[in-house]
Amino acid sequence: MKKIEAIIKPFKLEDVKEALKDIGITGMTVTEVKGFGRQKGHTEIYRGSEYTVDFLPKTKIEVAVADSLVKQAVELIVKAARTGKIGDGKVFVSSLEDAYRIRTDERGDAAV
Amino acid sequence: MKTIYILPLVAALLALAGLPVAGAEAPKLPVPTLEQRVGDLESYMNNAARVTDGKAESKVGGGGPGHSAWMMTSAALVLFMTLPGLALFYGGLVRRKNILSLMAQCLALAGVVSLLWWACGYSLTFGKGNGWLGGFQHAFLQGVGSDPNTDYGQWVPHSLFMVYQLMFAIITPALTIGAIAERMKFKAIMLFSVFWMFVVYFPAAHWVWGADGWMNGLANDAAKIKAIDFAGGIVVHMTSGWSALALCIVLGKRLGYGREPMQPHSMALCMVGTGMLWAGWYGFNAGSAVAADGVAVNAFVTTTLSAAAGCFTWPAIEYCVRGTPSVLGFCSGAVAGLATITPASGFVTPGVAVLIGIVAGAATWFACNVIKAKFKYDDSLDTFGVHAVGGTIGTILAGVFATTAANPNLGADRIKAFVGSTLWLEQLKAGALVLVWSVVATVILAKLVSALCDGLRVSEEVETIGLDLVEHGEEGYHG
Repeated sequence: MKKIEAIIKPFKLEDVKEALKDIGITGMTVTEVKGFGRQKGHTEIYRGSEYTVDFLPKTKIEVAVADSLVKQAVELIVKAARTGKIGDGKVFVSSLEDAYRIRTDERGDAAV
Repeated sequence: MKTIYILPLVAALLALAGLPVAGAEAPKLPVPTLEQRVGDLESYMNNAARVTDGKAESKVGGGGPGHSAWMMTSAALVLFMTLPGLALFYGGLVRRKNILSLMAQCLALAGVVSLLWWACGYSLTFGKGNGWLGGFQHAFLQGVGSDPNTDYGQWVPHSLFMVYQLMFAIITPALTIGAIAERMKFKAIMLFSVFWMFVVYFPAAHWVWGADGWMNGLANDAAKIKAIDFAGGIVVHMTSGWSALALCIVLGKRLGYGREPMQPHSMALCMVGTGMLWAGWYGFNAGSAVAADGVAVNAFVTTTLSAAAGCFTWPAIEYCVRGTPSVLGFCSGAVAGLATITPASGFVTPGVAVLIGIVAGAATWFACNVIKAKFKYDDSLDTFGVHAVGGTIGTILAGVFATTAANPNLGADRIKAFVGSTLWLEQLKAGALVLVWSVVATVILAKLVSALCDGLRVSEEVETIGLDLVEHGEEGYHG
């Protein structure tokens, strides 16, 4: 079982969600986040004053998936979220000890 | 503390004492002839002096309905410029933690200045005294009733003229607070503003607009300087703008100015405020004719064209310099066009208004982008850059372009020799004197208020947290 965290451009959220749904991933957690990587920020100018905005808005998707689905899921996310321009984001994969479904006490792969 | 309760009591007594005097018996005048009665009606239509004036009893009592209706509308429009126009324009430009402080200051000034105006401000400004200051004859509005004060308007009740001018007295100190936003103590602002009204606004407005003001070239035969100021280039924009520059330098920069981001927290609110300012400005400029006549209509047209030209010019320069015309550029340019045409609005032709608007947009862009960056003063919301620069340029250009074609009053003997020749020099003299007076008075008053309020600025901690929460116990936004 793995946890996939993907930081993507906000307008790509819909595409990524649809792509994951197609391979049977039925749940995810989405957060609006701010950050920067190679894209850095942008500058805003108000009258004479110039400001550098370092943190840009991004969307973070967290999905827990069974080991068998990880490779396919990551490929789909990368494909759906890519624009080819700087600032497309990143995908992180980490191992997950366990998972519980609160309502039914199911554990492990059955719970994700 | 006791004096706080005693003062209004004394004031109320004085006001009551004034009432019987106001109704003093008038000399009985003869019944008007038919010729005189028709003459009064014609005078009303033409906004001229009554034919019956002092010679017979007028059958048209008080003000004239059309002129009065327009002036009541104008008064409301000018108040609308401050509440909420300026409050939103300024409120949107500060950080979200300080929006309410600007709104509180605008509201507080509307309250305090109205009371000052009632007590003696109106009298000191528009009452007759000497060239420098009016008298106390209209204190607590004694003798300010429904009959017109023909020094200022033939067909508008004196009380209506008084309340219309009050709105100017409210917005002027409110303009100044833009330069010192986000860091000055509320009580210091209020105290400073009260002193400032007595030392700068009431006198300067009397010099330029008072019937016996020593710079009132339009109405006072004895004026030493023959200046003209239709709606307040000198009286409103130069006094507030130059004082703003002096005060923001005395006060010092905001914490982190130039290092930390201080973007406007809502350009949307700022734009809404700008629209209200533009619409309200018709009351400000066209209303300054104190009648619904041809001069008012001309001012309405020139105001529109100058605002439009400014609104186009500032963002056009931005587009050329950096490729993106900004909403703040449109807003700033429009306000600059409005402020700059103000002194000239009732004196120049529409074509000149376009030129003035273009000059206004370019000059204020330069002031806010180049001059401010070079000298590094923190005029937070560009009160100096827009109002002082615009008001000063407009005052001089009014002298260059004023013409009797736009305003027949310029044909009066006392001023006609200057129109089209050296009027601009008179404008320069009046403007320079008011400029120096405003700056010197502001610096002295700032020192005085600083001593009385234990400093002008809030503490670093309060400035960091935001004025809304600490000074007013509220937040503009939650969550």
